[in-house]
Amino acid sequence: MSGETVRPELLTDVLGRARARGATEADGFLIEEQHFSASVRLGQVDTVKHSREQRLSLRVFAGRASAASSTSDLSRASLERVVDEATALARVTAEDPHAGLPRPADLITTVPDLELEDRGGEELTPEAKIELARQAEAAALESDPRIANSEGAECWDRRARYVYATSHGFAHGYATTSFGLSVSPVASANGQMQRDYWYSAARHRAALDDPAAIGRTAARRALRRLGGRKVKTVDVPVVFDPDTAASLVRAIAGAASGPGLYRRASFLLDRLGKRIAAPTVTIVDDGLIPRALGSRPFDGEGLATRSTVVVGEGVLESYLLDSYSARKLGLRSTHHASRDGAGVGVSTTNLILQAGPTPPEELIRSVKSGLYVTELIGFGVNGVTGDYSRGAVGLWIEDGELTYPVEEVTVAGNLLEMFGAIEGIGNDLRLRDRTVSPTLLVGRMVVAGN
Amino acid sequence: MDDLARTSPEHFFSDRFNVTPSLMERLLGASLAGRVDDADIYLEYRVNEELVLEENVVKKASRHVSQGAGVRAQAEARTGYAHTDDISLSNLEEAARQARAIADRASTSGVLAVPSRGRAHDLYTLAEPPIVAALERKLELLRKIDAAARAADPRIAQVIASLASEEIVMLIATASGWTIGDVRPLTRLNVTVIAEENGKREIGSWGGGGRVPFDFFLEDERWTRFAHEAARQAALKLRAVEAPAGTMTVVLGPGWPGILLHEAIGHGLEGDFNRKGVSAFAGRLGQKVASELVTVVDDGTIPNRRGSLNVDDEGTPTGRTVLIDNGVLTGYMQDRLNARLMKMAPTGNGRRESYAHPPMPRMTNTFMLAGQDDPEDIMRSVSNGLYAVTFGGGQVDITSGKFVFSASEAYLIENGRVTAPVKGATLVGNGPDALLRVSRVGHDLKLDEGVGTCGKDGQSVPVGVGLPTIRLDGMTVGGTQV
Repeated sequence: MSGETVRPELLTDVLGRARARGATEADGFLIEEQHFSASVRLGQVDTVKHSREQRLSLRVFAGRASAASSTSDLSRASLERVVDEATALARVTAEDPHAGLPRPADLITTVPDLELEDRGGEELTPEAKIELARQAEAAALESDPRIANSEGAECWDRRARYVYATSHGFAHGYATTSFGLSVSPVASANGQMQRDYWYSAARHRAALDDPAAIGRTAARRALRRLGGRKVKTVDVPVVFDPDTAASLVRAIAGAASGPGLYRRASFLLDRLGKRIAAPTVTIVDDGLIPRALGSRPFDGEGLATRSTVVVGEGVLESYLLDSYSARKLGLRSTHHASRDGAGVGVSTTNLILQAGPTPPEELIRSVKSGLYVTELIGFGVNGVTGDYSRGAVGLWIEDGELTYPVEEVTVAGNLLEMFGAIEGIGNDLRLRDRTVSPTLLVGRMVVAGN
Repeated sequence: MDDLARTSPEHFFSDRFNVTPSLMERLLGASLAGRVDDADIYLEYRVNEELVLEENVVKKASRHVSQGAGVRAQAEARTGYAHTDDISLSNLEEAARQARAIADRASTSGVLAVPSRGRAHDLYTLAEPPIVAALERKLELLRKIDAAARAADPRIAQVIASLASEEIVMLIATASGWTIGDVRPLTRLNVTVIAEENGKREIGSWGGGGRVPFDFFLEDERWTRFAHEAARQAALKLRAVEAPAGTMTVVLGPGWPGILLHEAIGHGLEGDFNRKGVSAFAGRLGQKVASELVTVVDDGTIPNRRGSLNVDDEGTPTGRTVLIDNGVLTGYMQDRLNARLMKMAPTGNGRRESYAHPPMPRMTNTFMLAGQDDPEDIMRSVSNGLYAVTFGGGQVDITSGKFVFSASEAYLIENGRVTAPVKGATLVGNGPDALLRVSRVGHDLKLDEGVGTCGKDGQSVPVGVGLPTIRLDGMTVGGTQV
């Protein structure tokens, strides 16, 4: 997409037409993106995908009533239809005193350059991407004779441009790039097969991990699962590796998000300013980190991104709000609005549970008998009550040592109790995705098996 | 709202975009034929509408249009896929060029695609598709649901009722000279409530739908039942006790618990995983993988069901595939690519989320056939265990075979009787042996209400499941009560 420009006037024309059609105010998003991916399996090219997409999303207000419409067809006739449909729909929705755009004065004025677009060098050719995927998979296959099969490796990149505009005259945009490389090897021994994966993703191509290192990590993860078995049902300490710990952090952010709160459907309702986690726990959402995957200069309503302490030393310091949920709750937006075709929601940026002082090996060493979790599956998280029960894969800890692999078990508890029972935080934080955590030690959970 | 195909898909795309079947065939011939093993062009036009009522008022109304074309070229096991959201001849030519680039990288296998043939079904022609039903009637229904749910229980503090309607017009042309189209209506009504009592809050949810007209929800006051069920679920959870943890006998109720089949065996029997040898079921055709009481089918031909299709997204008419016949593994679900490479017949299971995605083998409606037992007898046969009747989602690791699914409504069974409701518990098991544990199968087969969505490799498609009441011995239940 280099050399092409997004067309903010396309959006401002649509907003103008909405006003002409009787909308009191309106805003919209224009997204243009280009995606390429190449996958390789057992050294052979498997699938190559190429796409170019665009979408215009419009939200109109008729007084305090609103409606949304979107289209991927940016022809004049289609855009006119989008405006007509949205204004017609707005007439049937109810007046809502809390609806409306943020005040124009609150919108961002200078868009910071967060270096979210890799402008350096030549674009990777399809052949180069195939080669990267091949190298990553080869490293996994060569690392051990028990890695004899693979679900493949994939290398992808994505270039996107966003423009946000309001009928009050605001129009700003930014561009991003992202690059990713992942491998899913299959290990087998004694008639059992185990698959695992590893990946690297970054805004700048040079920041991707070495393909061979990704492949070797994926292989190691698959190999250590061989011979997995159930354990007896027991109440023990559970250590979550950084990736599974990050999923717990996401669950906290979900419960701290405005839409669930004003619907009274969150276990963090009425907890602002109260202790919800061990005092060692601090969770920050920082959308301004240069080159980070979750960064964005402004949110889905044009409000400047910032850094928000969600949980500070165990205390719930802030919810995550867009303008609407903030007004509903009698609070101010925290600039976390996200946009999709259906309207406005809330999303985090770079959500980080801050590192502790302890090497992860020491956390494991502190456990007499317990479970080290490396993968969680299923949907057993109740955002209303915090009740938690998910399938787990990992390694059994005995006398502070990782011993045999464990599978076909569940870990269960309640998220508030689990965060309250965090007894150790690793020093192994790495900003490798949008939501990250170091290793976490939770004092007690029920592991169900035999 | 009148912009959809009331004519055939062929006419729709030629009127609107000047793309005719003969043009598509020419494009396939010129760009792709002779140099690849299989190729197709898929055109899609989709309109979605979503209405959400919350706090007693219509909060959200949205309408979305998406359109595009996906061009695919395949040689041996390689796939080139390019898509564009601008359906024009020059873009289609460019997409075809890109798709072919991959297939050209090496000589082809010379194995030609199995030609798609056969008649498309006619499973969901509707006099009035849900997307065109009058907005005011839809809004009226949502308001009535809100009132019904609140009236059902004084503890209901919040009601969110939503109605989603969709229509897809698709047309596919394959390299074997076969062009076929389909018009697919789909609708889903969902009711979610929050119940509050003494500072305790719980959520309840119910819904349903299918490839049915809007009036489906009015028949037999279906909407009232959805509202009452959601309220009942939430109220029940307010008094639920901690779920047990450990191994026990589990009785699954009829209908939606069929998600067990979807996770435990369904994904593992999709052709791609078996061709690659990465499924726990790979190479096990003809082997016993379930109790002889168990027969499981995937059937995309049931009229008006959410998971049904007249033709799949590669143009193959859907069918009824027996996956497990009296305990023996008898079939995989195939798309064209995997059928060709495994030298099997395509089964009409090649599906894609949209034009932006290449097809993969996917399930349609997956269910277990009815057995002989009286469901009451099955319950009485259990001295201590868990009775699970409604589930949230599930997930499987197809390579190790381990799967989980989460019960949202479950009860303890004590001395053959259903007693206290328990909080959400996750059931965990191993696909290749889970169905060997089936010791009783009821005569009460039921299909689900029409709410299922299946995710695979980032693509979501609507699916159905079904199950009679069954008893499973020695399942692991992941509660907190040791």
